[in-house]
Amino acid sequence: MIRITNLSRRAGNRTILDSVNLEIRRGEIFTLIGPSGSGKTTLLRLLDLLDKPTGGSIVLDGVATDGSKAAELAARRKMAMVFQKPTVLNTTVAQNIAVGLRFRGERGSGISDQVQSVLDLVGLSGFADRKAVTLSGGEMQRIAIARAIITKPEVLLLDEPTANLDPENAAMIEDLILQINKTFDTTIVLSTHDMIQGQRLAHRIGVIMDGRLVQAGEIPDIFFHPVNRTVASFVGIEPIRGGIVERNEEGLGTIKAGNLRIQAVTNKPQGSKVTLCIRPEDVTLNKPDEPCPSGSARNCLQGTVTRLIPLGPFTRVYLDCDGIVVAALVTRKSEEELGIEKGSRLAAHIKATAIHVIPDK
Amino acid sequence: MQEIIDGVVQAFNLIITLNPEVFEIAALSLYISLSATILAALISIPLAGLIHFREFRGKKTLIIIIQTFYSVPTVVVGLVIYLMISRSGPLGFFGLLFTPEGMILGQTVLIMPIMMGLVISALGGVGRDIRDMLVSLGATEFQGILEIVREARYAILSAVVLGFGRAISEVGVAMMIGGNIRGSTRILTTSIALETGMGNFGFSIALGIILLGIALIVVVILNIITSGLSQEQLQALGGQHS
Repeated sequence: MIRITNLSRRAGNRTILDSVNLEIRRGEIFTLIGPSGSGKTTLLRLLDLLDKPTGGSIVLDGVATDGSKAAELAARRKMAMVFQKPTVLNTTVAQNIAVGLRFRGERGSGISDQVQSVLDLVGLSGFADRKAVTLSGGEMQRIAIARAIITKPEVLLLDEPTANLDPENAAMIEDLILQINKTFDTTIVLSTHDMIQGQRLAHRIGVIMDGRLVQAGEIPDIFFHPVNRTVASFVGIEPIRGGIVERNEEGLGTIKAGNLRIQAVTNKPQGSKVTLCIRPEDVTLNKPDEPCPSGSARNCLQGTVTRLIPLGPFTRVYLDCDGIVVAALVTRKSEEELGIEKGSRLAAHIKATAIHVIPDK
Repeated sequence: MQEIIDGVVQAFNLIITLNPEVFEIAALSLYISLSATILAALISIPLAGLIHFREFRGKKTLIIIIQTFYSVPTVVVGLVIYLMISRSGPLGFFGLLFTPEGMILGQTVLIMPIMMGLVISALGGVGRDIRDMLVSLGATEFQGILEIVREARYAILSAVVLGFGRAISEVGVAMMIGGNIRGSTRILTTSIALETGMGNFGFSIALGIILLGIALIVVVILNIITSGLSQEQLQALGGQHS
C-alpha cells in the first residue's frame, strides 16, 4: 500500500530522518514506536505530504507522491491524519466533522447523514450541535478521528493519538482504532511511545531511534529478538552485560560474561561477541540455599541486593551476582516472604530460554 | 459647580427633547465613521490576508511599520490628507476638502493600519496545528485560506469594531479636513471642542453623553463578539494592544 524508499529529512545540518525503507501493507495496523523526538512525527508528516522529504520517495498505492500539486492533493485525499494535540475548528461538532467532505465538494443533506453515522461510531451521538471548543480533550480527539474517517480514507495516520489523554479515554480511542481497522479495512499507521499500546494495536511494529528505522517486524520479533541493546531496553528487556560465546551445542550456548558462565538459547557461533539481556519478570528469586531445580537448562546465580525500586504492586530488585547486575520483578508478597532488603543474599534462577542474546555490532 | 449642574440639566433637556441640531450632528458622525470603517475594512482585510499568507522579503519590517501607525497622531493624518486634497494638492481636483467625503477618506486612512495589523494577528492566531489539519483533510490552498479566515472571524470583527472606535472618537482629521462647518461637516467631537470654547457647556455635555453612549454600544458589541473567541485568538489580539 505504501512503499517508502530511502526517505530522509534534514533540517539545516541536523538529520531528523535517515534513509528509512519500509513497506506498509494494505489493511494492516503498523505501529511506529520509539522515544520522543526519534522522528515518528516527522515520518508521519512526510507520509501525509505535509512536509517535503530531503531525499527518498513515497509510493502510495503504486503512484509516486512527488508529482504536481494536483497529484499531491489527490494523494493526500486518499489519506487522513489525526494529530497528537486534539485540534478542532471554532464551530459546531457537525461542521468540524463535515469539513473534509466540504473540501471534496460534497453538498446537501447527504453530509448530515454521514456526520451522524461517524458520530455514532465514535460514541458522541448527541454532540452534533455542540460547540467543539467546549469539549474535553478526549472528546476533541474523538471528533478529530470522526473528521478523519468520514472521508473514507484508504490510509489513516495517527500521531500519538492518546499521548495527551487520561488512561480511560486512551483505552476508548484504542478500541476505536481497532474497530475502524476491522470495519473499513483501513490501513492504519500509528505512532506511539507507549510500548504496551504498540503491542495492543499493531499487526506489525517498526522501531525508530534517532531518526533511523532500526527494526521492523511482527510483535514477537521486536519483543523477543530485539536487534540491539537500545531496542532491547526500549521494549523492556534489561541488558545485563557483554560476553563471548564459549561453546554452542545445538543452540544451547555457554557464554562467558565476567567471571560467570551463563547458559542461553542462541544460534550465535563460538567466539561471537554478544550482549545478554533479560526481562525482569523472567527472573525468579529464591532463598540462597534453595537448590537449583533440575530439568530444563537454567542458570542459578547467587547475589546481593543492591537496590529496590517500588512499582505499585511490584518491586524491581537489583541483584549483584559477581559483578553482573540482574534486575528481577517480584510481587510485594514475595518480597515480604523472602524478607528482601538492601544487602540480602538471594539466588536468581533464570531459564536459558529467557536470556536474550544480542550480537554486538 | 453650578455651571456643571446647569450643563448636565441642559444636556438631558437637549437629548430628551430630541433637539434636531444635536441629532443631526450625531447622525453625521455615525455616517462618516461608519463609512470610513466599511471602506477601511474592505481594503484592510484582503490586504492583511495577502500579507499574512504570502512570504516575501521585508514582511516583518512591513508589519512593524503597520504597527507603528497604530498610534499615528490624528493631526498628522489630517495634515497629510489636507496636503493631498487641498486645491493645489495632487488630488485637489476632486474638491474633497471641507466635505464629509474628505473626512471619510481621512478617517479611512487613519484606521487602516490598526485594522490591518489586528487582522494580520487574527489570522496569525489561527495556529499551525489548524493549518496542518486543514491541509491533511484535503483542502486546496484557496479552501484552506477561506477556512482560516472563517476560523479568525471573531477576531477580524473585533479589529473592525476597534477601528470604528478610533474613527468615531478622533478630532484631528475631522477638524482639519472637515473644517467644522455647521450643518455640513460638524460632527460630535469637533462640535464639543467648539462649543466648550464658546462656553456652551450644556450642548457639549449632551454631545459627550451621546459619544459615550456610542462607545458603550461599541464595547457591548465587542464583548459579544469576543465571547466567541478561542483562548489562543484572544491572546493573539491582546498581544497587539498591550
